[in-house]
Amino acid sequence: MSGIGQRFTPLQRLLHWLMAFCILAMLFIGVGMVSTVAPKYVPLVSIHKSLGIVILVLALIRLAVRLRYGAPMLPADLPEPLRLAAYLSHYALYILMIGMPLIGWAMLSAAAYPVVLYGGVRLPAILPQSDSLHTLLWNAHFYLAFLFFALILMHLAAALFHALVRRDGVFDTMAPVSPRDELTPAE
Amino acid sequence: MPEPRRLPARSVFGSLVIIFVVIAGSAAAFAYTAGWFSPRRLTPNKMLDALAPPTGAALGHRRNHAKGICFTGVFDSNGNGSTLSEAQVFVRGRYPALGRFNLGTPNPNAPDSTVRVRGMGLQISTPDGQEWRAAMINPPVFPASTPQAFHELLLAAASKDPNAMKAYAGAHPEIAPFGAWEKSAPWTGSYAEDRFNSLNAFIFVDHSGAEHAVRWSLLPAAQAVPISPDDLAKRGPDFLEQEIVERVRRGSLHWTMVVTVANPGDPTADPTKAWPDDRRTVEVGTLSVQQIEAEPDGPCRDINFDPTVLPAGIRVSDDPFPAARSSVYAKSYDLRTAESKDYPRTVTSTKP
Repeated sequence: MSGIGQRFTPLQRLLHWLMAFCILAMLFIGVGMVSTVAPKYVPLVSIHKSLGIVILVLALIRLAVRLRYGAPMLPADLPEPLRLAAYLSHYALYILMIGMPLIGWAMLSAAAYPVVLYGGVRLPAILPQSDSLHTLLWNAHFYLAFLFFALILMHLAAALFHALVRRDGVFDTMAPVSPRDELTPAE
Repeated sequence: MPEPRRLPARSVFGSLVIIFVVIAGSAAAFAYTAGWFSPRRLTPNKMLDALAPPTGAALGHRRNHAKGICFTGVFDSNGNGSTLSEAQVFVRGRYPALGRFNLGTPNPNAPDSTVRVRGMGLQISTPDGQEWRAAMINPPVFPASTPQAFHELLLAAASKDPNAMKAYAGAHPEIAPFGAWEKSAPWTGSYAEDRFNSLNAFIFVDHSGAEHAVRWSLLPAAQAVPISPDDLAKRGPDFLEQEIVERVRRGSLHWTMVVTVANPGDPTADPTKAWPDDRRTVEVGTLSVQQIEAEPDGPCRDINFDPTVLPAGIRVSDDPFPAARSSVYAKSYDLRTAESKDYPRTVTSTKP
């Protein structure tokens, strides 16, 4: 059984769980803010922009760390379709973690909105104003957000499946603390 | 190395149930946040539906204040506003301005004499890269206290029930000051003669961090010449745009920006309530309109005059409207930019 006992580095696990919290918050804020006219709309949009840039920066760091340290191997007995699903979904998650903030930033640029982050930090426009680009990017940002959430649910289901049903050590590789170490120290 | 432990079927089933519950619960929380289980939540789409005329929204145009014309000019700050706000726009100097004169109607072809409310969208840019956007109108107060009430008002105004408006006014007596203005205030025959008011209260933050609740107005330099709506109608359906083009061609037009500072206890969360006349006012500068451009190819077309786009030194107050307007304007912008083929950029050949 390759992979067992081998875990992501502490930095990778920290980035994973920090980003999991940020991205879930981001998705919930996103669908919440666009469906309200209440006063909370203004702070939600403001948080959404700032958190998006935080996620972009964290995702780039995480990609670099991943390229440097790699990942534990999947169990040898994992069926090929699940193995393929694992690879493809992780590529998709990385693309979305980096792509969604860029699409949002570009979308605001294409609408000639100033992009102002928490603390008054102002980002430059990365596109000129354009109706067609704004529409394209708006649609991408909207539909990819739902795809992103669906992928996260699949990812969560798969993680729980590894942890509860297969019990093959895959969950432990990313667990914040190692349940195996704590529960069965003698093993 | 430990082998994966084979689980009894019952345990597997229990685990699958747990996984299903976690995933379904997460999806339900997401749907709840998105408002899918809250049909009564006031969404930007509902507000836009209520604004739309019975024949449907005019594609490619702003969903309200649809008829308008662009201007460019400058804002000359006299420096007095610096006592109230640290925003660079109040430092003595000249800053580029971009704006839009408009009529408060969802119909871009409405005859001028049929629209009571006129507006001005304004964007002032400063060298520090900040922008101040505002969308002001000419009545001294707003007809509704809350976005929810405004939504009800729109529904009542569009209702086929002849008693709908009476019922609304009965339940919402705060509409009276607006109603009085609507009925008795004189009309003018020019955007240049209209006063434009922020209506909503904002917070100015000065260099010491002190906060001042304010509203502001743009007071026209031009003398207002009253005209009846009938006489305005005789001048033609698009007279206001033709007149402002001619007038600016003869020379720049000016408005003085006056900031009114609330006393402690003045209502900031309710734009139906005017503040008493004796409140401190500060003249902060002069807007000069130097050039007019038709909207289809004009510089204001692509701008959403979102009143929450504010420089450091100005922020929203507890007035609920700027947030609601921001939310609804954004949706309007998303829709109209997606429909831009319905509102061609060069209209020389499509004018009837």
